[in-house]
Amino acid sequence: MSKWGEHSKPALTVSRRSVLKSAAAVGALAITSSGATLSVVAQESAPKRGGHFKLGVAAGATSDSLDPGTYTNSFTELFGKTLHGYLTGIDADGKVNGEIAESWDVSKDAKTWIFKLRKGVEFHNGKSLDAKDVLASINHHREEQSKSGAKPIVDPVDEVRADGPGTVVFVLKDGNADFPYLLEDFHLAIVPSKDGKADVSGVGAGGYVLDNIDYGVKGTGKRFANYWKSDAAWFDSFEALAIHDVTARTNALATGQIHAMERCDLKTIHLLERNKDLEIVSIAGTQFYCTAMDCKAAPFDNADVRLAVKHAINRQQLLDTLLHGHGKLGNDHPIGSTNRFFAKNLPQREFDPEKARFHLKKAGLSDLKISLSTADAAFPGAVDAAAIYQQDAAKAGVSIDVVREPNDGYWDTVWLKKPFYMSYWLGRPTADWMFSQGYAADAAWNQGHWKNARFNELLVAARSELDDAKRSEMYAEMQSICRDDGGEVIPVFANNVSALSRKIAHTKLASNWDLDGFRCAERWWFADA
Amino acid sequence: MTVIDVRSILVVGGRRFVSAPVSAKFGMVVIAAYVLAALLAPHLTPYGEAEIVGTQFEPWSSKFWLGTDNLGRDMLTRLAFGARNTIGIALLTTCLAFSIGAFAGLAAATFAGWLDQILARLVDVLMSIPQLIFALLLLSIFGTSVSALVVVIALLDSTRVFRLSRAVAINVAVLDYVEAARLRGEGATWIMTREILPNIAPTLVAEFGLRFCFVFLLISALSFLGLGIQPPTADWGSMVRDSATLISYGDITPLLPAGAIALLAVAVNLVVDWLLHSASGLHDA
Amino acid sequence: MAPIAKIIGQRVALGMLTLWIVSVIIFAGVQFLPGDIATEMLGQSATAETIAAFRKSLGLDLPVHLRYAYWLADVLRGDLGTALSNGRDIGELIRPRLFNTLFLALTAAIMAVPSALLGGLLSALYRNTFFDRLINVFTLSSISLPEFFIAYILIMVLSAKAGIFPSLADVDSTAGLAGRLNAVALPALTLTLAVLAHMTRMTRTSIINLLANQYIETARLKGLPEWRVLVRHALPNAWAPIVTVVVLNLAYLITGVVIVEVVFVYPGLGQLIVDSVQKRDIPVVQACSLIFAATYVLLNLTADVLSIVTNPRLMHPK
Repeated sequence: MSKWGEHSKPALTVSRRSVLKSAAAVGALAITSSGATLSVVAQESAPKRGGHFKLGVAAGATSDSLDPGTYTNSFTELFGKTLHGYLTGIDADGKVNGEIAESWDVSKDAKTWIFKLRKGVEFHNGKSLDAKDVLASINHHREEQSKSGAKPIVDPVDEVRADGPGTVVFVLKDGNADFPYLLEDFHLAIVPSKDGKADVSGVGAGGYVLDNIDYGVKGTGKRFANYWKSDAAWFDSFEALAIHDVTARTNALATGQIHAMERCDLKTIHLLERNKDLEIVSIAGTQFYCTAMDCKAAPFDNADVRLAVKHAINRQQLLDTLLHGHGKLGNDHPIGSTNRFFAKNLPQREFDPEKARFHLKKAGLSDLKISLSTADAAFPGAVDAAAIYQQDAAKAGVSIDVVREPNDGYWDTVWLKKPFYMSYWLGRPTADWMFSQGYAADAAWNQGHWKNARFNELLVAARSELDDAKRSEMYAEMQSICRDDGGEVIPVFANNVSALSRKIAHTKLASNWDLDGFRCAERWWFADA
Repeated sequence: MTVIDVRSILVVGGRRFVSAPVSAKFGMVVIAAYVLAALLAPHLTPYGEAEIVGTQFEPWSSKFWLGTDNLGRDMLTRLAFGARNTIGIALLTTCLAFSIGAFAGLAAATFAGWLDQILARLVDVLMSIPQLIFALLLLSIFGTSVSALVVVIALLDSTRVFRLSRAVAINVAVLDYVEAARLRGEGATWIMTREILPNIAPTLVAEFGLRFCFVFLLISALSFLGLGIQPPTADWGSMVRDSATLISYGDITPLLPAGAIALLAVAVNLVVDWLLHSASGLHDA
Repeated sequence: MAPIAKIIGQRVALGMLTLWIVSVIIFAGVQFLPGDIATEMLGQSATAETIAAFRKSLGLDLPVHLRYAYWLADVLRGDLGTALSNGRDIGELIRPRLFNTLFLALTAAIMAVPSALLGGLLSALYRNTFFDRLINVFTLSSISLPEFFIAYILIMVLSAKAGIFPSLADVDSTAGLAGRLNAVALPALTLTLAVLAHMTRMTRTSIINLLANQYIETARLKGLPEWRVLVRHALPNAWAPIVTVVVLNLAYLITGVVIVEVVFVYPGLGQLIVDSVQKRDIPVVQACSLIFAATYVLLNLTADVLSIVTNPRLMHPK
């Protein structure tokens, strides 16, 4: 498949009080170049306007809404990034850049962030954007009664205030050097303020104006004539269809009813690749599959048992069988190879039945019987993955009883509750965010209920550390601790695999979210037909 | 239920088999082959049921006669084991559904009056609840073990059997000879089993063959919800689902388990037709 | 005809009772499922406080019986309420989807019912011939295949290879009747194949079942051709089971088409109810369930009345 080069060295210069111009690097998420998979055509043709772009999305429900706080699936997330403007953006190289915020200043302790807003940005309803709109948009997620999915992001914000119509100041409870990255989150759309409240009816400052939306079915948008970017949003109009069934999506693409689809069926990807009219793009990202062990109770309260279980899984086979190579081997910690703090020198854990037996013996056990809860709700192919795990673990003296749980209600009855269960993380763009949300001792979604004193100490220290070399060392140690002591088996990272008609042209694809950072409607165009 | 009486078939079996038409013979041979495959699966197959022996979706070869499935398990082996699990569960479920449904339907038609009303209302309520919600509710209460699966599907299916058997039985219950039996002072059990049942049996038997197929489909539909048979147990419904997308590329692999179901369905119904034919006393064809 | 009117009146009353019981069962039943709308909507990325805030804003902190009472009172006033998940009016949410569902069901029924009756009659007429067996094998094979699989095969043959029909049933409110029919062609065909077998087989069986009766013999002895014997003498007496099976299948066409909707991306009620159950959006689940239950009750009523009307003995009790 596609080859992924070594990630580029983070070109990082955070001077103590530097004004960061819109395109300046705060530090790359170090996206790998996707050379082989990008079509030559795509890079040769100059962008041009026109056409009606149709896209097949794998999610979308009748219960969706346009309130940015409620975005939970790729259908609404795509509309968020298409209809709305955001303070910051992340480009194809993983660098943060200014969008509605033109530039920003940061205080020495990384606690106070001052964002200068771009002039001349207009909403779809003709209102011009100012600091009040930004305040209303951010406060929409901060309200006490807020049901926003972005609450964890805005909770560390102590205060947001306007400093004139063109400046917004964020004061954080603790220093966080990654803050501009967080503002790129799809929930944090900038919407117009209406009587001091955020107007969440779908009016935004993005490249397309909402035309019509039938939740769970499809939505359409027209190009916004007064969009502040002149070199983006090339299509005259776009249409996103919610096509849950992967075969239906693939058929629609093959018969030309749509121009692009997300989430290809990996089982048959080798057959899809034979279609010369399509381009398959496979982008390494932050998403990983995992199996969590309850570290509070026997048998997983013993670190050697956890190590035995980690050695009893055949990662390569999972990567080959489940993902058909469209992913990366996991090393039992949640930091992906595209992260700038990824610990490159940590040895890759392999399938090793002897070592598994050794650790079992060390834990005083001759064999181990455990029940593994799974369902395809955990991640696509989880039930198959459990069957494979069961086969391999048996060779290491670990006998796994696979319990298939109902998909419905999996996140209520199994997740965080069963002693040994499958799960996944979409991942987070920064190491601090990932560790804080899923691995810190007090994290609400610490899937293995894992507590490690040294790890938690490092986590706090690294967050406010501004020296990147030191920070890198700390994160490397944390990855190592997580790998050898942590409560999760993390066998693979999954790529985002999409298929595009050859009629579609694009530049290098971003990897922060699926579908070119959910900005396909803004960044792609029709090549000469 | 009474017509698919294994013992009576065995007793009269030999003679009947010889006199049966070709189609019925074919049906019986197929069923016998399936049952044999089901019983002897562990001895007949070259690999283990859940054993991963190759890479996924390998083509047909001398090593893997029918290729391998989406995880690299031998297709032939999975098919044989699938027979074991699928036929067993489907047969059990269908029998249970018919026992409940046909009995209730007969009773409703025979006694009429308030019993009929209560049963009919109950079934109406059960049937008007969308099946998906109903299955979800029941399975989240009973869990997803095989026995729960059998009971839940049987219950869902029995409502349909009830509707049909009641509809047919009501027509029979007003006939003169049933009336005569009543006037004779025969008990309700006698009327149900001796007067009405034999007359509605053919319709029920025809329905049995079809219900049997529906159970396969329902099991496969439930595994869509993550409620079906537990992995890595092989069952044909899930096998079709696992490889279904291949059909879009012109690969016939998913047709194998689907064909296995279809062949069995045809065979069962050929035999049922023959039973029906000999039961109805028609000899004109 | 007076007894018929009385029976219909009774059945309508009983139907209302059924609807009410269904609404209670669903409302209570959904409470037993793990999780509620707050945890489902906010998913993995929500904290306990967020969930509590959301729950309160929807009135989910009220006791179950109160919520049911409020809901019922609203429904009796003709107000189906608003969806918990996005605050939209349920009536408006359901109307276009109900129309789509009925349109698809009707299209499928128009294809399926006449062909099933004709197929059943013909295979009864030519019973045990090659033709009969052919129909037998064809119908049995079609119900042995899961619906989604039939759909894939149809898409491959009629859409990808032949390019006759679109693989997505993308219906717009702007599309005319011809456009709509073209869009629903494949889903309707899939559904037809799914229900054809059951009805065909039952027609055949019911008719053959009657052939041993005396009045059939009499008709034959009168020298009537076999097809007239079947159509004029056997069929009228075979209606009860046929109608029952036809009605069951019609109800299925309306309530059981989730998988077809998913494969063809058809915006009907099935997908709405699945989404709502998953999200625990109880008012929507309730509204859809009531519609499905009402459909079933109505069809059932039709079946009962037809059975009675077509059975001379029930029509004229001694």
